[in-house]
Amino acid sequence: MTAADTPAPKQKISLEVNGEPRTVSAHPMARLLDVLRLDLQLTGTKEGCGEGECGSCSVLIDGVLVNSCLVPVLQAAGTKILTIEGLSSSAGQLHPVQQAFLDCGGAQCGICTPGMILAAVHLLAKNPSPDLAAIREGLSGNLCRCTGYMQIFQSVSQAAKRLTSP
Amino acid sequence: MPDAKTTSIVGANVARKEGRDKVTGAARYIDDLTLPGMLFGATVRSAIQRGKIKQITFPHSIEWSEFTIVTAKDIPGKNCIALILDDQPCLADGAVNHAEEPILLLAHENRQQLTKAVAAIQIAYDALPALNTIEESESQRELIWGENNAFKTFLVEKGDVDSVWPVASHIVEAEYRTGAQEQLYIETNGIIAVANPQDGVTIWGSLQCPYYVHKAMMKLFALPEDKVRVVQTETGGAFGGKEEYPSMLAGHAALLALKSGRPVKMVYDRAEDMAATTKRHPSRTRLRTAVDANGKILGGEIEFVIDGGAYATLSSVVLSRGTIHAGGPYNWPSIRIRSRAMATNVPPHGAFRGFGAPQSLFALERHMDRLAQVVGISPTEIRRRNFLQPGQTTTTQQAVPGEINLPLLLDRALNLSGYEAKQIAAAAQNNDPLTTKRKALGIAAFLHGAGFTGSGERYLDSVAGVEALPDGAVRILVSSTEFGQGTNTVLCQIAAETLSLPYDRVSIAQPDTTAVPNSGPTVASRTIMVVGKLVHSACVGLLQTLRATQSLPAPATPEQFQSACAAHVSQHGNIKSYARYQAPKNVLWDDEKYRGEAYATYAWAVYIAEVTVDLLTFSATVNNFVAVQEVGKVLHPILAEGQIIGGVAQGIGFALYEKVLWQHGRMRNNQMTNYIMPTSADLPPIHVHFEEFGNPHGAYGAKGLGELPMDGPAPAILNAISAATGHEFNSIPLLPEDLFAALNPTPENPPPSAQLECPLPVGAPQ
Repeated sequence: MTAADTPAPKQKISLEVNGEPRTVSAHPMARLLDVLRLDLQLTGTKEGCGEGECGSCSVLIDGVLVNSCLVPVLQAAGTKILTIEGLSSSAGQLHPVQQAFLDCGGAQCGICTPGMILAAVHLLAKNPSPDLAAIREGLSGNLCRCTGYMQIFQSVSQAAKRLTSP
Repeated sequence: MPDAKTTSIVGANVARKEGRDKVTGAARYIDDLTLPGMLFGATVRSAIQRGKIKQITFPHSIEWSEFTIVTAKDIPGKNCIALILDDQPCLADGAVNHAEEPILLLAHENRQQLTKAVAAIQIAYDALPALNTIEESESQRELIWGENNAFKTFLVEKGDVDSVWPVASHIVEAEYRTGAQEQLYIETNGIIAVANPQDGVTIWGSLQCPYYVHKAMMKLFALPEDKVRVVQTETGGAFGGKEEYPSMLAGHAALLALKSGRPVKMVYDRAEDMAATTKRHPSRTRLRTAVDANGKILGGEIEFVIDGGAYATLSSVVLSRGTIHAGGPYNWPSIRIRSRAMATNVPPHGAFRGFGAPQSLFALERHMDRLAQVVGISPTEIRRRNFLQPGQTTTTQQAVPGEINLPLLLDRALNLSGYEAKQIAAAAQNNDPLTTKRKALGIAAFLHGAGFTGSGERYLDSVAGVEALPDGAVRILVSSTEFGQGTNTVLCQIAAETLSLPYDRVSIAQPDTTAVPNSGPTVASRTIMVVGKLVHSACVGLLQTLRATQSLPAPATPEQFQSACAAHVSQHGNIKSYARYQAPKNVLWDDEKYRGEAYATYAWAVYIAEVTVDLLTFSATVNNFVAVQEVGKVLHPILAEGQIIGGVAQGIGFALYEKVLWQHGRMRNNQMTNYIMPTSADLPPIHVHFEEFGNPHGAYGAKGLGELPMDGPAPAILNAISAATGHEFNSIPLLPEDLFAALNPTPENPPPSAQLECPLPVGAPQ
C-alpha cells in the first residue's frame, strides 16, 4: 500500500442519533451511510445506488433531508440525525406517516420505504398540508420501483390529515 | 371451492404481514446481516465479448496471500448453473462468451482491498468476433451456439393461413422492436454463503426461487439434496430479476466460502448489478395480416424473435410465453407464428415481469392501430370487431370460456378515460396550426396467461403445506417468496378464510428448503392462483384430519379449532397437512404442436393512455392512465391495485424512459444517473378498475395479476404518440431524442437506429 492509498486516520466523531449522543471512531471521509449501518448497526437506512440518485439512504441531519451515501461522516459531526429507527416511539407506537404507509399500501418490497418515509416526514414538517403537486415534488428524490407511487401519495395525504387534525 | 358462507377475510384490506417491519426499518435484508468471521467476495469479469483467455496475471503490488482466490478449477461438481440446459458456466474456463462474464472470484475481509485487487488483475485474451444483434446472430456469420445460433424455435399453426392472402381486402405488414429493460429492483442482488465439506452448502439471499438455487448448488457442488440449504431473506424487489441470477451469485459466494472456510457475503453495487445481471430480452416482431373490408382479421403470419444473450438460461420459456401471447385477445381464423430465441455475445437476458408477452403484445397492439388506419375505422372499432368471443379459440386453439366479455372491458375503459370527449378536444387542438402540443389517446387490449405454460404446472408438481401449532395458530409452509407483491399476506388470508380463523392467527414460514416443501418458483403470476389453491386444499385437509381425530365440528369456532389442535398435538406430536398440484381435468396441452390449453386461465385488460407530445421539447408526457382488467376475484383490493399501478409505472418506463445503451456488448449507462426510471414527478394519475368474470381454478376465484399490467402501457402510449404526431412509431423505448430524430429527419440526424446501439466512438472514456 502506498502513502497515497492510506486513508486519513480514524477520528473520534460525536453526533446525536435518534436523540442519543453517540461517538464513533471513523475515517473522516467514511460515508455517513456506512457509519450508521456498520458502526451503529442502524441497518434501517438502505443503500440503493451509492450515488445519490435513489434516496433509499435518506436521513435527516438537523431536520434537512440528505442522501447519507453522499455525506462524509465528518460533516455530520455535532449534528442531530434522525433515521427510520428513531421515528416510532420507544413504546413501539408507529409515527403517523409509518401507520399511513402501512394502511394505504405505501410499502411493497420495503427497501425504499425507510428513506421514502423520512422524505415524507421532511415534507410534512415544511408543509403540513401538501397538495398532490407538492407531494410529488417532495418525494421526487426517492425512487420506488414497486408501487408506481400512487399509494405512497395516498399515504402521505392520509398522514397529513392525521397530523393536522386535533 | 370454499363453503358458501360469507367471505370476510378474503377480499378485505388486511395489514401486510411483514408491513410493520418494513415501515420501522426492522426488516432484515441480506446486506443487513453479518456472520462472525465473514469475508466479502468480489468478481473478476471479462472485459471482452468473446475469445480465449490466454493468461491471468496477479501483479506483485497486491499481497495475494491475504485473499481467497477461486477459479473454475475449484468447482467440486459440474461447472454450470443448472436451470433448463446446463450451458452456462459458473466461472469461465478458458473462454468467454460475453462481456462481464465471471472469470474468477476473490474474497477478503476488507471491501476496499477487494476493489483494488479486482482492478489490479490483468487478463490477456485472444479475442474472437462477436455477435451483437438478432440480425448478426441470424446471419450465422459466426457460430456461437449450437448449429444455428438459435436457442429455441416454436411454430404455432391454426387454420389455413396461405389461403387468406388472395381474398383479403387489405394486407398489412410491419416490423416492431422493443429494447432491453433493467428490472432495477432497489435492493441489488446479494447472497451470504457458508460451506464446508461436512455440512455442505447454506445460502441466505435476496431471491425469488429457493428451489432453483437449491438445484443449482446440488449440481455445482455435487451434493445430495440434504446437504444444500437455501433460505430467502427479505427481498427488496425482484420483478423476475432474482429468478435465475441468484443461482450464479450463490454459487460464487459458496465457492469462496468453501475455499476460505469462512462465511462469505457478496452484495453487488448498483453498477455491477446493472452491467452483469439479466435484463428483459430485446425483441423484433414482424406481422403480416390479412383483413376483410370491414376490418375483420382473416389470418396472419407473425415472426417473433428475441435476443437471448450468450447462454440459454430461461430464453426458451420467455420465447414460449411471448409466442403464445403474440395473437393477443383477438380471433384469428388462421395464423402461423414462428418464433426463435437467438444467441448473441451479451450478458444473458432473463426473466422480467411479463416474460416475453410485453414484447409480442407491443407489436400486436401497435399493429392493430395500423390495421384500423388502413381499413379506415377507429382503433376502438378494429378491436371490437376482432375480440375473442366465447366459443371461439385462441391461436393455440384453446376454447374461450363462456364468462369472458371483452367489449365490456373496452366500454368501461372508454367511459373511465372520457375517451370520446377527450378525442374531440384533442383533434381540435391538434388542428390548430399554431399549437406546439399535440394530444391523443391510445388503447391497448391484451391478455395474460396465469401460471406455467402448457404442461409446466404438471412438471412442477408443487406442494404446499400448513401446520397447526398447539396454541391453535397456523403456519403456512411454502417456498413461495415475498418480494413486495403481497404473497405473505394473501396466502395467509386464504388460509384464515378456509379455516375460519382470524387473520392474525395465521403466519407464514420463512422460505427455507429444510423447512418448507417445494411449492414451485415465485414467477409467472402463479402464486395466488396455483399455490393459493394448494394452501386452500392443505387447509381443507387439516380440517378433515381434526374432524376425524378430534371430532372438530363443522363449522368450528377458533376456540374449538384451538382445543382440537392442542389435543391432536399432545397425542401425535404435530399436525401438518400437505396438498399436491392436480392439473384441471380439461387442461390438455400438446408440447410438439404447441396446441391446446396454454394456460388454465387468462387475465384480460384494456388500458388507455392520454398523451401529450411537446413539439418544442420533443418530450412525450402521459397525462392520464386508465387500467381496466379482469383478474378473477380480487382477494386484497389495496395490494391488487398496488400491483397494477406498479406494473403500469414500469410499462411507462419501458415505453418512454428506460434505454439500455450497448457498446461492445456492455451496458454503458449502468447507473441510476443515466438509466432513467420514472420518479414521483413523472407519472400520471393511474386509475385502476377491476371487473370480475370468475375463475374456477384459483383459490376463491383468483387469477394471476402480477405480470398483466406490464403488457399494456407501452403499446397504448405509442399508439397515442403515433396518433398525435401522424408518424408511425414502432420501436421502444421512445425518448425525446428519438422523437426529434423521427420528426425532423435529416442526413445528419437520421431516424433512430432500431438496434439502440450506443453511438459513442470505440475507446471512448467510460
